[in-house]
Amino acid sequence: MIVVAAQRFPPPEFSETGHQLPGFLAPAVRALFFERLDVAVLAVALALAAWLALRQRSRRGLVWLGIFSVLYFGFWRKGCICSIGSIQNIALALSDSAYAIPVTVIAFGLLPLIVALFFGRVFCAAVCPHGALQDLVLLKPVTVPPWLEHGLRMLAYVYLGLAVIFAATGGGFIICQYDPFVPIFRLSGNTAMVVTGVVFLVAGIFIGRPYCRFLCPYGVLLGLAARVSKWRVRVTPTTCTQCRLCEQSCPFNALNPATLAGPVRTAAATKRRLTWLLALLPVLVATGVWLGGVSGTALARNNRLVNVAERIQLENTGAVTGTTDAATVFRATGTPPEELFTVARQLQHRNIRAGRWAGLWVGLVIGLKLLALTVRRQRPDYEADQTRCVACARCYRYCPEELKRLGLPVPE
Amino acid sequence: MNRRDFMRGAFRGAGLIGLSGVLAGVIRRANAAGSVWQIDPWKCTACGRCATECVLEQSAAKCVHSFDMCGYCQLCTGYFEPQPNKLNTAAENQLCPTGAIKRQFIEDPYYEYTIDEPLCVGCSKCVKGCTMFGNGSLHLQIRHDRCVNCNECSIARACPADAIHRVPAAQPYLFKSREGHVG
Repeated sequence: MIVVAAQRFPPPEFSETGHQLPGFLAPAVRALFFERLDVAVLAVALALAAWLALRQRSRRGLVWLGIFSVLYFGFWRKGCICSIGSIQNIALALSDSAYAIPVTVIAFGLLPLIVALFFGRVFCAAVCPHGALQDLVLLKPVTVPPWLEHGLRMLAYVYLGLAVIFAATGGGFIICQYDPFVPIFRLSGNTAMVVTGVVFLVAGIFIGRPYCRFLCPYGVLLGLAARVSKWRVRVTPTTCTQCRLCEQSCPFNALNPATLAGPVRTAAATKRRLTWLLALLPVLVATGVWLGGVSGTALARNNRLVNVAERIQLENTGAVTGTTDAATVFRATGTPPEELFTVARQLQHRNIRAGRWAGLWVGLVIGLKLLALTVRRQRPDYEADQTRCVACARCYRYCPEELKRLGLPVPE
Repeated sequence: MNRRDFMRGAFRGAGLIGLSGVLAGVIRRANAAGSVWQIDPWKCTACGRCATECVLEQSAAKCVHSFDMCGYCQLCTGYFEPQPNKLNTAAENQLCPTGAIKRQFIEDPYYEYTIDEPLCVGCSKCVKGCTMFGNGSLHLQIRHDRCVNCNECSIARACPADAIHRVPAAQPYLFKSREGHVG
């Protein structure tokens, strides 16, 4: 499109001095090579994390790799692009054909998930700068009671559902918007962001990885992949002797005790509970869908066009005085407001549909969680919970069998 | 192989197929050359949000000057306060809050206005003055030596004119010119 600029004052010829016009200063964009390098570093770091966590069983190695990740992906690359945020780009690319997703983002989104299908959440252990940073600041871990742990972990599922529908409906990237650690990596940001970051970091000294456990939407996907992983973290390198020394070793409540230590419930009681919960599942899903649909209208307000449409309508009916910049810009285009209202209505319907999907997801997750809490699996050994374990390698050295393997003295 | 291992293998396969499906879905829309954020100066309304909404301490958006569009006016409405005491470089006459515009005499009656980029905070006061009463040669651009290329640009989110979009990294600037858009 060629737009001829307003030339109120014709530019001079400089016939007297022959003055030459200065050129533009146009600093170059970061070279594409470096984008590719980021992907290569990610791949190498993932391989290294898997090797250190599962083969070498080296906590020290993972700490060093974590420091590297915090420095490289965090402070050097300013925490962006990250795998957590890439969920949104992928959701947007799948829903909006006009969006061109960068190849780097696809690689950041999919590589850790593929690795998790084989090696578990080694990405969380020391490659993700958010995870590594929280892991490094955890100095005085406190135990979160199981009921709170299970409850808070549900938040991550809700967050994932919300992030996907926000991105897919063009409502914005909420994961990036409310990321607590990016302002720390950038050493700048608005007050709310910086305060959230500092709060999470200080909380992380006592509560192990609060973001990873209770909020991280990517951790949900990694957990699902890690559940069926081919290789996994095992506390003991040989066989579990039920010595219970590792019982308190995990600061993330990701260690499942052997079943003999668990509470006893009769088979009949379990069956009754299961029946009730199975009947509750459709109710939860239906409630979720209903609530999601109701909140769809509020959800739509995150869309720029819907916002402008609402404002124009309010101004036209005289409900508000004055105007906003966005409304002024719209009026300057000369488009009839009816056209905008039609588009806004379509967007609203789209958001209501998306809200229902999110509600369905949340209802389903809560229902399945309740069922999973009821079904008690026989577990002969103390083992890491595959969904929750972030492969930090803290528990290994609690196991006397591991100490024997390493040739270290076993305390009596 | 026991039943549980078999199930896990099956789910793992399903997971891989699912991820391949996602990959197939997005790869058609993939952009290998990369893209960066940029302000369309023809859409910009100089509202001033660029200075405050950027995640950086000092915004990545700064003013640039298209000299070929500039009228080299003695009374520059991008440089001077609406009612200047005098047409000189005294601070009280300047519109720019940081004194980032340098005014230099070239030949009678023409003056050249250059942006001292490190001083510019991207407040767009000069852009507004120049666009409303002058040729519109002063305009904002996102400087790619500063921009960290966030996944979602926070200025873009706040922009009332929807003027900020991703552009191909090969042509990262949308400088104003007499003819219209140039890369």
